[in-house]
Order: sequence, then C-alpha cells, then structure tokens
Amino acid sequence: MQKLGGFKLPHFFNYPPYFTLQPVRETREKQVQLWKELILDYCRSQKIFVIGLEEDFPLFSNPVIERSLSHEAREVFLSALVAEGRAEWMDKSHKKCLILWLRIQAWADYILNFVKENGFEDSVMTVEDIQSGIETRGTELAGIDRCVLMRALRLLEQKGKAAIFKGTSTDDEGVKFSA
Amino acid sequence: MAANWLPPVLLTASGRPVFLPGEIERCLLSAVDLEAEENPALPTLRSGLLVLTSHRILWIDESSSSGCAIPLAAVVHVFHPKKSLRNMFASPRVRIQVSTSPDGRVGEKGTRSEMVTIVMRGKTDPDVFYGRLLEVLRSRTWEASEESEGRERGSGSGEGSARVRMPVVGVSGILRKEQEMWESTDKSLQEAFHDLNALMSKAKEMVQLAENMRQKLLLGSNAQASANDDELGSKQEIQDWLLSVGIVSLVTKESAGALYHQQLSRQLADFVKLPLEKAGGMIALIDVYCLFNRARGTELISPEDLLQACALWEKFDVPVMLRKFDSGVMVIQNKAHSDDEVFARITSLAQKPDALLMGISPSDAALTLGIAPALAKEHMLTAESKGLLCRDVSPDGFRFYINLFKEIDPSDIYSIKTTGLVGAWVSATSTSG
Repeated sequence: MQKLGGFKLPHFFNYPPYFTLQPVRETREKQVQLWKELILDYCRSQKIFVIGLEEDFPLFSNPVIERSLSHEAREVFLSALVAEGRAEWMDKSHKKCLILWLRIQAWADYILNFVKENGFEDSVMTVEDIQSGIETRGTELAGIDRCVLMRALRLLEQKGKAAIFKGTSTDDEGVKFSA
Repeated sequence: MAANWLPPVLLTASGRPVFLPGEIERCLLSAVDLEAEENPALPTLRSGLLVLTSHRILWIDESSSSGCAIPLAAVVHVFHPKKSLRNMFASPRVRIQVSTSPDGRVGEKGTRSEMVTIVMRGKTDPDVFYGRLLEVLRSRTWEASEESEGRERGSGSGEGSARVRMPVVGVSGILRKEQEMWESTDKSLQEAFHDLNALMSKAKEMVQLAENMRQKLLLGSNAQASANDDELGSKQEIQDWLLSVGIVSLVTKESAGALYHQQLSRQLADFVKLPLEKAGGMIALIDVYCLFNRARGTELISPEDLLQACALWEKFDVPVMLRKFDSGVMVIQNKAHSDDEVFARITSLAQKPDALLMGISPSDAALTLGIAPALAKEHMLTAESKGLLCRDVSPDGFRFYINLFKEIDPSDIYSIKTTGLVGAWVSATSTSG
C-alpha cells in the first residue's frame, strides 16, 4: 500500500468514492468514521497539530486516483472530530483546526508519567526544553505544539502537580513539577 | 379604288391609332411593307409601322399620318416564314391569306381572297411576330367584343350610342381582361357553391345531432342517482362511437371532466403497453407525452390532461402505474416491474473488474440495461440510497461504485482483506498496477 511521508495508508485510500462526500446517511456515517481515524493516525505519526483547511494537506489528496476532498468535505470530517473532542477550531471561520490526537487530559497524564519515570519531580524545566530538549527526544513530547503543551501544563497546575512561572521573556517560561 | 383595298385606320392627333373597344396592342414592327404579291393592281404599302393588335393588323404611314388595317377576322390563313436558301439574305416575310369582297376590298366574309405579304425590312425576328399573330388569331378577341357590343346595343340602344368609348388598351385594357377573367371564375364558383350549400345543410344536421347527444350525456352524468348499469353501458358505447368518429371532447371538461379523463386514461393505458415493452418496463412521463400526442396526430392533449389520466389509473385495474422519484422525475412503469431486479443487474454490473476499478456512469448502465440514461441514473440513485452503490464526483463526471464502506471495519482499517467485495476490489486494483 502507498505511503505518505513514511505513513502507511489504508487500502481504501485508493477508492474514489472515499473522496466524495456521500449523501446517503448510513454511507456517510461510515465514511466519516474512516476519515476521523485516518486523520488522527496520520497526525499522530507525523506530529501534526494544526490543519489549515485552505492549505494543501497531503492526506486530503490522492494523486494516484486524481481525487481531492472538497472544502465542504474537509469541514465535515474535521467538525466530526471537533464534536468528539478530538479537535478544536482555532478560529470562528473554521480555517484552522487543532488536532488533539491526544486529548489535553491525556497529554497531562503523559507529561506526569514522563516526569515520574525520569525523576524530574521537584526540578524545573523550561517549556522549550519539554518541547525540543534532549530529555524528551524519542517521546511523544518531542515537537509538541506549544499551545497544547501550555494547556496540558495548566491542567496539571490546576491539579497542583505543576507550577508555571514566567521568566524575563516568553522563551523562558518554566515549569516546576511536584510529585 | 385600288387604294381602298384596306379599311382605313383613324389616328389620334399624335399619330397613334384609335383602337376599337377591347382592342389591345400585341406587337409593333417598323419598316414594314405590305404587298399584294399576286395582284399587281393593288398598290404596295412601303415602309410603315405595323401594329398587331388583338383585333387587327394596322399599317401606319407616319409621314402622311394615315393608315389602314387588315381585320383579323378577314385572315383566312397564315403561312410560316420558312427559311430557305433562296430567302436567306432577303428580308423576312410572313404571308397571309385574306378574304376580300368581289371588288377587292379586304374584309370579313369575303367571297374571294388575296395574298398579302408582310415584308419586315427592319430588325425583327419573324418567328416572334408569327407566334404573336397566331396567338391573336387563336384568341379571337374581336368576336367577344362584338358580342358584348351587340349586348350593349341590345340592352339600351340609346345608351349604347351615347356612351363614350373609353380607350381600352394599355393598362386599362389589361385590367379589363382581368375583370373578365374574374367574372367567369365567379360564375363557375357560384355553381360550385350550390353543391356546397347542400353539403352544409347536411353538416348542420350532424352538428345538431351531436349537440343533442351532448346534452343527453350531460344530463346523464349530472343526475348521478339515476345512473344504473344500462345507462352507463350505453353512455360508454356512445363515447366509444364518438371517439371513433373523431369527436373526442364531446363532453366539456368543466361539466364532466371525469368522463373525458376516464376515456383518455383507458386510451393511454392501452397505448403505453408497447412503448413500455420496448423501453424495458419504464418510460419517462415526458417521453410518453411526446409519443402519445404524436400518435394522436390532431387532438393533442395537454400535460395536465396526461397527469390526470395517469392519476386515474389507481381507480382502474390497469397494469401500469405512475411513479415519482425523489429527484422529481416522473415515469410510467409496469406494475409488474421490480426494482430489486434492476438493482440486482446494476450491482452485478458494478462488480465486474472494470467497474470495480473505474466505476460505472449512468450511460454505461443505460447501455447494459437497455434503458434511457436519465432513467438509468434514477435507478442508480435509488440503489445508492439503499446502500448498494456509492457516488464518485470528479471533474471526469458522475460515476457510481459498488459500496465498499459497508464492508470496511473501522477498528481495523490497515489490514488488507482478501475476501468479499473488498478482497475483489483490492485484487482488481492491484492487478492494474
């Protein structure tokens, strides 16, 4: 089966009706389900957090069968993700969508777990370290979207598991984890 | 005396001949001689203007403003201007034989005859003149004028002589001729109309009869309570008989619309049987409208009539029905028509290797199923709504594929199936590369 940037695509990616928004309800529901899965899997593998509807998103076109999703179709599938809590619209005009292939809560749990496993309790890390530092290399945290990270950290803060403080500039935002 | 062998011609002040009533100029020739060949006693008239009219041959000497005429009534025979070696270089001549009185005067009903040669020294085509001469001789217009003159004189002698003779040549002459033609046509038409009037009076009777029938039927349909089987039967008979005669809408739609539509409804049901068979069990209503009206020829029905006629089928036991698709398209189909059978054929078509790869378009299905493309599309849309097919919309057009979505398991989307529809599809797509 084809690959898209290292990601192995499912066989039905070459089925032309897959790219046409189906009018019949039952068929549509199935189609939406398949697209939701695919989008999440793809974004997770490629560490994509934001999809711009008006940009060329590789997943939305298949040059082999010469088909692309219409704008309407993209909006329908992404809205389905949003309804499920797996994505969020970043603007009112639905031009950009934040993909939460891990929910914020899941991220928070992941961070906490990571801190525990690596003994970073009671230590301070900069936000940037978490995003692109050596410690997080090879984990899901590497390359995490800043907004998503901040939200997860704030969630931890609310639970009293972390404390965020500002440095002299935004780059210097730091987190102190507590057990 | 010899000089008076031809009757004289009156000339007007400007030298034009004075014409007789009804006389029309037919031909003018200049530089013409009139010779009495065989009678040297009669002087030759040289180089004059020859005027052929419907009544006479006039010869006018323009220099002396005098002229004479040969009445056509006196012409006994005309000889064809034969060309021979002898006269090839000579001026063309036409010889005529005229009757003369015993003392040599040319006139009608003479006892003797003379030969007169018309020598055409100017540039003329003798054949044209000859042809015209024959024409005027044949038409014998002078006789008609004499007749009418005689009539005129008979009806009011005083009037006749006091009447001013209007010139009747040129345009007015032509108009006069037209007038005469119209009068004779009118006469023959009048005779014909006698027969027509007889026919019309018969037709009036027919119309009256039809009107009486109509009244009876109207009364019959309005008085519902009195309708028993007998009456209804005879009413139907009358309707059928009238239909066969060609008078369909005897009963007006306003008063008894149901009867008219009932009749139409039955007619339509019978008519539509054959086209339905040919079209594979289903025809678009618009096509039936065209076919039916074309078959009727003159008494065309309106779209509303057609709709009502179809709607009435529910009340009768006919093997056809009207069906409306979601898209609004209306068709007539056999009651026995089975949608499922069509779907079975469509799905089997959609599972052929080519179709798995490329899908099928409405025209592909139309070809295979033997039905119109518009109807094929309707069937495919219906099959889609039942979950048998899926659509593929692209710049290439509108195509349908067999529905694979049903078979894909969302929790296991990456495994490659080898069985079922998906398996077939996978193998079809992989073999094509």
